[in-house]
Amino acid sequence: MAYSDKLLDHYENPRNVGTLDKDDPSVGTGLVGAPACGDVMRLQIRVSPEGVIEDARFKTFGCGSAIASSSLATEWIKGKNIDEAAGIKNSQIAEELSLPPVKIHCSVLAEDAIKSAIEDYKAKRAARLALDGAPVEAPAATAPASL
Amino acid sequence: MALKFPIYMDNHATTPLDKRVLEAMLPYFTQDFGNAASRTHAYGWHAEAAVEDARDTIADYIGAESGKEIVFTSGATESDNLAIKGVAEYYKGKGNHIITTTIEHKAVLDSCKRLEKEGYTVTYVTAGRDGLVNPAEIEAAITDKTILVSVMLANNEVGTIQPIGEIGAITRKRGVLFHCDAVQGFGKTPFDVARMNVDLASLTAHKIYGPKGVGALYVRRSKPRVRLVAQMDGGGHERGNRSGTLNVPGIVGFAKAVSIFKQEGVAEAERIRGLRDRLHGTISKELDSVFLNGHADKRLPGNLNLSFSFVEGEGLMMAIKDVAVSSGSACTSASLEPSYVLRSMGLDEELAHSSIRFGLGRFNTEEEVDYVAKLVIDKVKRLRELSPLYEMHQQGIDIKSIQWAAH
Repeated sequence: MAYSDKLLDHYENPRNVGTLDKDDPSVGTGLVGAPACGDVMRLQIRVSPEGVIEDARFKTFGCGSAIASSSLATEWIKGKNIDEAAGIKNSQIAEELSLPPVKIHCSVLAEDAIKSAIEDYKAKRAARLALDGAPVEAPAATAPASL
Repeated sequence: MALKFPIYMDNHATTPLDKRVLEAMLPYFTQDFGNAASRTHAYGWHAEAAVEDARDTIADYIGAESGKEIVFTSGATESDNLAIKGVAEYYKGKGNHIITTTIEHKAVLDSCKRLEKEGYTVTYVTAGRDGLVNPAEIEAAITDKTILVSVMLANNEVGTIQPIGEIGAITRKRGVLFHCDAVQGFGKTPFDVARMNVDLASLTAHKIYGPKGVGALYVRRSKPRVRLVAQMDGGGHERGNRSGTLNVPGIVGFAKAVSIFKQEGVAEAERIRGLRDRLHGTISKELDSVFLNGHADKRLPGNLNLSFSFVEGEGLMMAIKDVAVSSGSACTSASLEPSYVLRSMGLDEELAHSSIRFGLGRFNTEEEVDYVAKLVIDKVKRLRELSPLYEMHQQGIDIKSIQWAAH
């Protein structure tokens, strides 16, 4: 299979590999995929009080396209506020990396990972605000499966 | 000697032609180019003589009684189709039941599936976790309607060598024909149709450093005499079993490849086994959580099928692109399903996704093995740094305890 230069670059020099403290209240963690399906992505974000993604990290078990898709996702969401980041579509990732049709699911997984990390962050924030007795602005999103 | 990239370690898929084979073939393209079926002139006679010599060489190598038992085909897929469909059609008055295994090549499995649509019944015996088929399970599956048992000599993915002699003793005792797809094991592990009571055997040239596009089906002519219905209509070549002008240069090359194995096969197997063990030993010493798929000893000398836990196979192949190998990962197939062979052996899907098949052969060197071992070790370590599963494993989290959402 012939891969694009951008994809190979992300695969060979993945950006933002690493782990953030999942117990940190400013950190949201998304863990999507399944080992049995051959790909698992963990994408984490650190969000400022203003709702801006200050840092993003990932680790991925998967093929080259899955690794590149998650690397690109972390690059794109850094510096964006969480609502902007939630708007990233898998089709944009697929287009940027010129994913072949059989690999489109890798970009879907990356989109899911972003959304899942944001939801986790929002859920933690809502829970904390509720605990503090402060009014909860938005209804808590459903919590993803815990790590 | 400078290494040539990518290093070829996919000798189960195909092998390069041995130069000695090429030399033997060349005259039959331009000088002795005759049609072996032409009885009226020297061109035809020369071609026919070369083909008959080749038949005898191949027959002798597998312990057949005579060259007349060799039917030349276009390759093992055709041989498998001819054996299974040809026997099923000829013996349908006697019975409609066939026994095979879940780890056979698709040429066998899909021939059986075709027959099921036509009203035959097929029992698929599973292999154990080590890739071995249990002869007792074959025997237990035999009914009074069983006409054929088909079991491979060695598996193409995990290299496990099946107890063909034991199965042959059962089928002979029970009066059932026995077909063996001997493609992968032929030349690399002992195979003798007389001693093992094999009635039909599929062979191909390109797995033994011969040319592509030529194979053979051994069809026993006595005790019992095996009959087939030809699957292709035409000039009635190959005693009516397989019509079509014979591929004379290919057949000559096939026989040359066999005669090289006859001379050098035993020593070569030892040398390749040594290289394979060196590769396995080096990798295992440096990496944890590496699992050997298939039987440890009953195994083709050149086969090393490893699962690198927490690393996905295609991702790893991309990282080790300096070496040509294959993977049981879903991502390498159009179906997005991991290897049916590994799954039917009961391997976890995660480990099936993480498998790499190294197939060593005649032209691999120690220098290549050392290079590949180092490359694999480095890249697996790198990819594990990227793997959330490896991180969980190091933290003592059982990956199986997590509720994963299937997608």
